[in-house]
Amino acid sequence: MKLEEHAAKSVVLRPAGAPIGNARLCASPEEVAEAVRAIGPAVVKAQVPSGKRGKAGGIKVAETPEEGAEVASKILGMTIGGDVVERVLVEEKAAIAREFYAAVLIDVANRSPLVLFSTEGGMDIEEVALDRPDAIRRHVVDVLEGFGEPEARAMLRGLELGSAEAGVVDILAKLYRIFRERDTELVEINPLAELKDGRVVALDCKFVGDDASRDLQPEIAAAATPDKQTELERRGAEVGLKFIQLDGDVGVLANGAGLTMTTMDVINHAGGRPANFLEIGGEAYTKAETALDLVLSNPGVKSLVVNFCGAFARTDVMAEGVVKAWETLKPSVPVFFSIHGTGEDEAVALVRDRLGLEPYDLMEDAVKAAVEAAQ
Amino acid sequence: MIYRSGQKVLVQGITGKQGTFWSQKMMEMGTSVVAGVNPKRAGETHLGVPVFASAVEATRQIACDISVIFVPPMLARDAIVDAIDAGIGCVVVLTEHIPAQHVLEIHARAKRAGCRIVGPNTAGIVTPGEGFVGIMPGHNPNIFKPGHVGVISRSGSLGTLICLNLTRAGLGQSAFIGIGGDPMIGTTTRDALEALDRDERTHAIAMIGEIGGTMEEEAAEYARTMRKPIASFIAGRSSPPDKKMGHAGAIVTGGRGGYASKREALEQAGVRVVDTPHEIAIALAGVYA
Repeated sequence: MKLEEHAAKSVVLRPAGAPIGNARLCASPEEVAEAVRAIGPAVVKAQVPSGKRGKAGGIKVAETPEEGAEVASKILGMTIGGDVVERVLVEEKAAIAREFYAAVLIDVANRSPLVLFSTEGGMDIEEVALDRPDAIRRHVVDVLEGFGEPEARAMLRGLELGSAEAGVVDILAKLYRIFRERDTELVEINPLAELKDGRVVALDCKFVGDDASRDLQPEIAAAATPDKQTELERRGAEVGLKFIQLDGDVGVLANGAGLTMTTMDVINHAGGRPANFLEIGGEAYTKAETALDLVLSNPGVKSLVVNFCGAFARTDVMAEGVVKAWETLKPSVPVFFSIHGTGEDEAVALVRDRLGLEPYDLMEDAVKAAVEAAQ
Repeated sequence: MIYRSGQKVLVQGITGKQGTFWSQKMMEMGTSVVAGVNPKRAGETHLGVPVFASAVEATRQIACDISVIFVPPMLARDAIVDAIDAGIGCVVVLTEHIPAQHVLEIHARAKRAGCRIVGPNTAGIVTPGEGFVGIMPGHNPNIFKPGHVGVISRSGSLGTLICLNLTRAGLGQSAFIGIGGDPMIGTTTRDALEALDRDERTHAIAMIGEIGGTMEEEAAEYARTMRKPIASFIAGRSSPPDKKMGHAGAIVTGGRGGYASKREALEQAGVRVVDTPHEIAIALAGVYA
């Protein structure tokens, strides 16, 4: 679950008491002009999930309402990172003294929360990280101990933040609380600005929530940017299948993410191109019939590999689903099976008797045959 | 994390459909399943073993070496903390989609208690000829047979395929360690590699990785010090990289985690990296020739 800037600020930062600028979300140049009239000199920012808005020309300053309408008419309708800009955030123009970087995220390798802070915030933080890793302070948190203001102060020691220190300490502690309470994978503020009047304010915010916590965080789930999906991907999601449409011509139906990725890899290795990723791991193995319907609805598919290796998933149940779907859909594309593991004997017998096909012993051979058939 | 016959297994969620089905399979293979947990059915007997209200209650009466978790995602944290509090030394977590904040707490608590977590989202561990814990076809002699190849896999289905290929090539397995498909797992590729290096019955290792994370790179640092031959397949070469974490992700991983980075690190450590799963068996058969 990803939030755009305006949603991250209103749904996550504001309720936590983290300082943000006075702003309004607008969808037309007229609304922007009105907002600038009310707020004063402002920054007009495209609301899209991409992180490269500034470099793409999606962030402009407007001193007057007229200027606001003018820059808004340029930004609205732009395409940034593949997304058309439909809304802009009009935020009071801040008099910035210094730009910092702050984030709290899951550090997968340490299985711990990680707090990051740098005095060199702004657009090029990734380069700072690579060129001068010392410029970024890292604090690995013991989740049973937590992270509050004392830990934040210890983390910032020696950075000479001066009058900004109290504000930074406050926001770091709040970001950690957000991280724990809002099922966060990443909450990032870049820039975290020290203003000329001494306030410390979050000028931007990026938020990624944990998909597994959708039910625990209904407000975030509702505000999240929907995934960009094709019609088939949307149909897959509706029945709980993760289907990704690709531009190749060899359809893939396998069980488990690991085996599915491997089938795609072997298709590439054999000189072909996979038409989809589709995960029917875990309990989803019972949805083979629906899954096959999805794979075959992709107009690019010229041949199909069915690669089952049953551990938890029973290949006889999956094969039954495939055979049923095949008899209903009567597709014209050739299909190549490889079936092993739990339920193998029954599954192979089903494919033989009902479809008159002989599964390949090695998945590599099934893939090769499918790649040749697609060419 | 290598199952040994005689090790006593507690099944948390034993009365559910999957808990029942797989407990039976484990018992058929000779795994010593000694008790189960379901708070609503304490006092009953299920599959011939007593059911307790909690792992803490169970271990008061019956010593358990390993607990296996067949509990849905939202209840998994409490079940695992229960097993940790019961003093069980190893917890095999099959559950997928446990909220990440819960997973952080699970690992922190396990670390304090000195408890080994395998998973989450693992298919389990198998020692052919001795027993298995989890949802692997450990009881199927066409897939697993006793031998000397140690197998490490994030994925259950792909791990099963590798073991099947090895068995057909005449190479039995000393142990299968399913480490799990989640990003934050308790037993890493490197942990499993170290265990197999110490295991006298293991003469060679098949290491099945996946793109994402930096576990294969970390395992490569240890592989460099090993004398046992290792063959590796990394799944996901043709999958697009996950961009979700953006800047912060790049700050943490520093460009590692992709297919090329993993393959290079492993090859530099002397690991034979192959292009298709079947080549694992061919590469390791060559070692024995």
